[in-house]
Amino acid sequence: MPNLIHDPLTIPLDARSKALRRLIMDALLAAGRGHVGPAMSLVEILRVLYDDVLKLRPKEPDWPGRDRCILSKGHGCLALYAVLADRGFFPKRELQRFCADDGILGGHPERGLVPGVEASTGALGHGLSIGVGMGLAARLRKRANRVFVVLGDGELNEGSVWEAAMSAAKHGLSSLTAIVDNNRLQSYGPVAEVMPMAPLADKFRSFGFVVEEVNGHDVDALRAAFRRLPFVREQPSAVICNTVKGKGVPPAEHNAAWHHRARLNDEELGAIRAALGGK
Amino acid sequence: MRRTCLNSIHELARRDPRVVYVGSDPSPGTLDGMKAEIPDRFLIEGIAEAHVIGLAAGLAMEGFVPYVNTIATFLTRRCYDQIAVDLCMHNLRARLIGNGAGLVYAPLGPTHQAIEDIAIMRALPNMTVVAPADADEMRRLMEQTLDWPGPIYIRLAKGGDPIVSRETDGFEIGQAILLRDPEDVAIVACGVMVDRALAAADILAEEGIGCGVVNMHTIKPLDVASLNLFADRVRLIVTLEEHSGVGGLAAAVLEALSDRVHVAMPRVLKLALPDRFVHKYGSQDGLLARLGLTPESIAATIGRVLARGSTGAPQPAFA
Repeated sequence: MPNLIHDPLTIPLDARSKALRRLIMDALLAAGRGHVGPAMSLVEILRVLYDDVLKLRPKEPDWPGRDRCILSKGHGCLALYAVLADRGFFPKRELQRFCADDGILGGHPERGLVPGVEASTGALGHGLSIGVGMGLAARLRKRANRVFVVLGDGELNEGSVWEAAMSAAKHGLSSLTAIVDNNRLQSYGPVAEVMPMAPLADKFRSFGFVVEEVNGHDVDALRAAFRRLPFVREQPSAVICNTVKGKGVPPAEHNAAWHHRARLNDEELGAIRAALGGK
Repeated sequence: MRRTCLNSIHELARRDPRVVYVGSDPSPGTLDGMKAEIPDRFLIEGIAEAHVIGLAAGLAMEGFVPYVNTIATFLTRRCYDQIAVDLCMHNLRARLIGNGAGLVYAPLGPTHQAIEDIAIMRALPNMTVVAPADADEMRRLMEQTLDWPGPIYIRLAKGGDPIVSRETDGFEIGQAILLRDPEDVAIVACGVMVDRALAAADILAEEGIGCGVVNMHTIKPLDVASLNLFADRVRLIVTLEEHSGVGGLAAAVLEALSDRVHVAMPRVLKLALPDRFVHKYGSQDGLLARLGLTPESIAATIGRVLARGSTGAPQPAFA
C-alpha cells in the first residue's frame, strides 16, 4: 500500500493549488493547446518557491537583489505563467492570450517579454549552466542573492546538465539549487524506459551536490526542504521533487499522451474543469 | 594575433571590472598574468563547451562581459544551440574568441580546421562576426569589444602573421578599410587573406592591372555602403577568404549585392576553400597553396578571368 502522505499521486490538493491549476486551465482554454502534464507536475514546486522562498518584488521584476529562478524545463511554462500572474508580475488577463500572435506568453518563456522570466528556455539542458553563471556573478558582486534552476527529469538526459553540475560543484556554489521535477515521464514514455536516470539522487551526489528528496506536491514538505537551503556550505544543493505528470487532472495523470496537447476537445476540457472545480 | 588578443583581455580586465575570461582547457600558462592578478575573473571550465557558453550567458545577463576562448571548431560547432539560444536570442554582450580558425591547425586535421565558422556564426541573428587581418588590428578591435551591443565572434589566426593593417586607418566594427584604391578589380578580403590580397595586387600591378584591396574585417554586419561605393566602378569584384565558399564572406557580399534589386549584378569571382573537409596535413601555407590561394595563384586566376572579358564564365578557382 502506498503511504498516502508521501505518495505524490494520492496527496490531495488544497484550494490554492486548485486555483493555480484553474489559471493554467484559462490559458489552455484560450489557446486550445499547451504542455499540460509538464505544467501540472510543477505547480506546487513553483508555488512554494514564489510564495515562500524567493526574494522578489513583483512590481520591480529586475530588482538586483532578487533571487533568480530559471525554469530550465521551459515547456512547463504554463505553471510559471500562472504563478507569476497570481503574484502580480503581470495581469491575469494575459493568460487568456497564451500563444496568441501578439501575446507575451509563448509556448516557451522568453526573457524580456515576460516580467519575472529570467531566461528564455525551451531548448533543454541550458538552464543549469546559466544558473552557474548567475551564481558566479553574484559572488563576484558580493551579492547574497540565490539561484534556483528547475529542471525536468527527462531534461537530465542532456549531457550539458552534467557539465554544469560538475562546474557548480567545482565552484562550491552553495547559492545554487537544482530542483528536479521528477515526474518520471518524458515525451515518448517513462524515463526509466527512454533513458533511465536512476539512481538519480546518487548521480547528483556523485557530481558534488547535497541532495534531498521530497514529495513534490506536498506544500509543507517542499517549504521545509527549501527553507533548509543551502543544505551545506560550499556545495550546491539539489532537491529531487517526486511528482506526478498531469497532477490534479485525472485524464492526464501519469499519461504520456498528455505531455503536449493541441486541439483539446470539449470532453477533455470538461474533464479538466470537473477535476479542478471553479467555473 | 592570439597572444595580442589574450593580452588585450587582461588589459581590459584591469580597466573594467565587468571583464571575465572563460577558457575551457587551454594550453598551460595561458594568461598566467591575469590569473595571478585577477583570479576571480579568470575561469577555466574544462572541456565542456556547451556549459561554457551557458555560463557566459549567465554572467552576461548579470552585466559582466565574458570573453570565451577555445579552439574555433569546438567553440562554434559543439555548442551551437547554446550560442543561438543563450547568447544570440538574449542578445548578450559575450565575446567568443575562436583559436586557429581557417587552416591554422593544418597538421591536426579536419577536426581542428574551422572552415565554416563564419557561415554558421553569421547565420545567427544578433551575432557580429569579425576576422581581423593581423595582431595590430586585433588590438584595435579588442578596444571596441567592451561596449559593442550583442555577442561577437572573433576569428583568430595564428601568431606571427605579417602586419598589413595601418594605425592611421583606425578601426571600427562594421566599417571596411580601403587599403588600395580599386581600378579594374577590387579584392574584398578578411582575416589573414588581406595579406595575400595585397601581395596579389602587387603582382597584378606589374601586369598593368589596377587591383584594389578592401579589408572587410567585419563580415557581419557587412559594410554594405562601402561595398556599393566601388561595386559599380570595377570590372570585377573578388572575394577572398580562408573559409568554405559556402556561407562565408563571399555569401555575405553576394547577398548584399543581390539586395540591390534595381541594379545589375556586378561580376563576382569567389576565391575560397572548397566545400569539402581537407584530409591533408602539412602547414596552413601548404594547404592554401594546394587549394589555389597563394598570391601568385590568386593573381593568375584574376588575370585569367579579366582576360576572358564579360562573356566567358570564370574558371573554378581550384580546378
